[in-house]
Amino acid sequence: MSATDVRNLGLAALALGIAALLPLYDTGYILSIATTMAMFTVLATSWALFSGPTHYISLATAAFFGLGTFVTGLGFQTLPFWTLPLIAAGLGAILAALVGMVTLRLSGVYFVIFTLGLAELVRQIVTWVQNRTGQRGMYVLTSITERDIYWQLIGLAAVVFLAGWLIARSRLGFALRIIGNDETVAKHAGINTALAKVLLFMVSGAVAACVGAMLAPRYIYIEPSTAFAPLLSFQVVIMALLGGTGRLWGPLAGVIPFTLLWEFISRNAPNQTLLLLGLAFLLIVYVLPGGFVGLYERVQRRYRMEGR
Amino acid sequence: MFFILITGLLLGGTYALIAMGLNLQYGVARIMNLANGEMLVAGGFAAFWVYTAGQVSPIAALLVVAPVAFGVNWLIYTLMLRPLVRRAKSRGALEVDSILATFGLSFVFVGVMSWLFGGGYFNYSYLAQRVDIFGSSYGQNRVVAFSIASLIAAGLWIWLSYTRAGLRMRAVAVDPDSARLVGIDVPAVSALAFGLGAAVTASGGALISMFFTLDASVGILFTMKALIIVIMGGVGDIRGTIVAALILGIAETFVARVIDPGLTLAAAYVLFLGVLLFRPQGLFGKKPT
Repeated sequence: MSATDVRNLGLAALALGIAALLPLYDTGYILSIATTMAMFTVLATSWALFSGPTHYISLATAAFFGLGTFVTGLGFQTLPFWTLPLIAAGLGAILAALVGMVTLRLSGVYFVIFTLGLAELVRQIVTWVQNRTGQRGMYVLTSITERDIYWQLIGLAAVVFLAGWLIARSRLGFALRIIGNDETVAKHAGINTALAKVLLFMVSGAVAACVGAMLAPRYIYIEPSTAFAPLLSFQVVIMALLGGTGRLWGPLAGVIPFTLLWEFISRNAPNQTLLLLGLAFLLIVYVLPGGFVGLYERVQRRYRMEGR
Repeated sequence: MFFILITGLLLGGTYALIAMGLNLQYGVARIMNLANGEMLVAGGFAAFWVYTAGQVSPIAALLVVAPVAFGVNWLIYTLMLRPLVRRAKSRGALEVDSILATFGLSFVFVGVMSWLFGGGYFNYSYLAQRVDIFGSSYGQNRVVAFSIASLIAAGLWIWLSYTRAGLRMRAVAVDPDSARLVGIDVPAVSALAFGLGAAVTASGGALISMFFTLDASVGILFTMKALIIVIMGGVGDIRGTIVAALILGIAETFVARVIDPGLTLAAAYVLFLGVLLFRPQGLFGKKPT
């Protein structure tokens, strides 16, 4: 570990520590927004762990997230609460492994298409099972407050950032960067490309399911059509890309402005949120490829050139 | 059983038209157009609008829907997607860019359409009598939609197979670089294919609106189905697309009738899984070497 690493780790720990103090200041509206931001930070960062280096766009976040909320919905009365996010993470990893094994052997397009419909597929199956068993939506009435959820998410964020940092330094992370640059080269270098991709997709699936399990008490009432709302997948993609996937902190830089903007638009013109989403996608493709990270790096490079 | 087969075929015929549009866009212009379903909904909206406002038959509306869809999408390709093609370093980079850009377009379209027409469902009743085929009765509108879809599909297939312009299009589908070497204007052909694909899909949308209830945000579901059909049939393969669409139509009808109407996407996914596991190159495709 070099001195910069120690400094970065210290800074990250400090930032997370400060973020964790927020509920002492406010437990109302600001905490509610901060919880949403923490949720998207975890989701977008874990999304970028897989999709950043490989350029495989995953639209499965909503499926994993919904799975997680259902784990909590079904299990919170019988099992201790702390086990639920872990069970959800396990199930999320299994679902990701299944999807990955089917699609990640093939080119990226198959993966995008498969994950695009995955949330809707799981929703249809869950609804069908509920209809057969005569069940409807579920009430998740617990004593868990927004403050508890927020702290859980901050803890999970710490785990995700640490995992991302470790993966980037590991052989797996290196393999993934090679795959992202040129998959044929990676294969010829002896990398088991399918395995590497599936493993990392499992990490991001497990985290998304875990977030779903943690957030279920916030929704109080869970039904398939809201738990598996596909919009979530797109929000995560857009935030991660807006921030940029080149650095670990990139998605965070997208989450904060986009959540605020989304909040503002959905308060003032609730029907225009989709338009905002669409324009944000176009912005990323045409104006900001690489997101804020890419912009930051370009500015930094120019600054250095001039300094010389 | 026989009833399911016929109903499935009738549905599959319209699916075939929609998927042919997407296949032209992906196979020739190399753009994975995820806003394809929104074109379909727009076509349906147009048919709905002319029928309820002016009692104009949805079939006559095709004469307006198709050229407008062609023009709009020709412009979209030339102004928005062509720069992406030009800057792309590899096919993979173009795919990521075009997926993101067309997602953006798709959301913009949904936003604009729900702003114009509201978020509600819309349908109208046109030719809602029954016709008898082999002892069972079917909605007349479904039969008419199927016939017109078949006519358009047949026309497109003949045009692609027997005209010089169709030949150029197939050449670009096979290999854009070689097509350029024999003097084909690849960007022009691509733009033409993209516009034509949208016109075909929008026509399919106008036809499907005769018997299907649409709303502004349903497009993505049709995009999904069309994508599955295109992959199942093989990219750039018109015959495969038609066969795959008919299979999907029958499978969906079967699942909806026998198991549960809420599981239609699950039916499509079962087929998709089978294709991914056993024939990722498509039904009639050759194994890549």
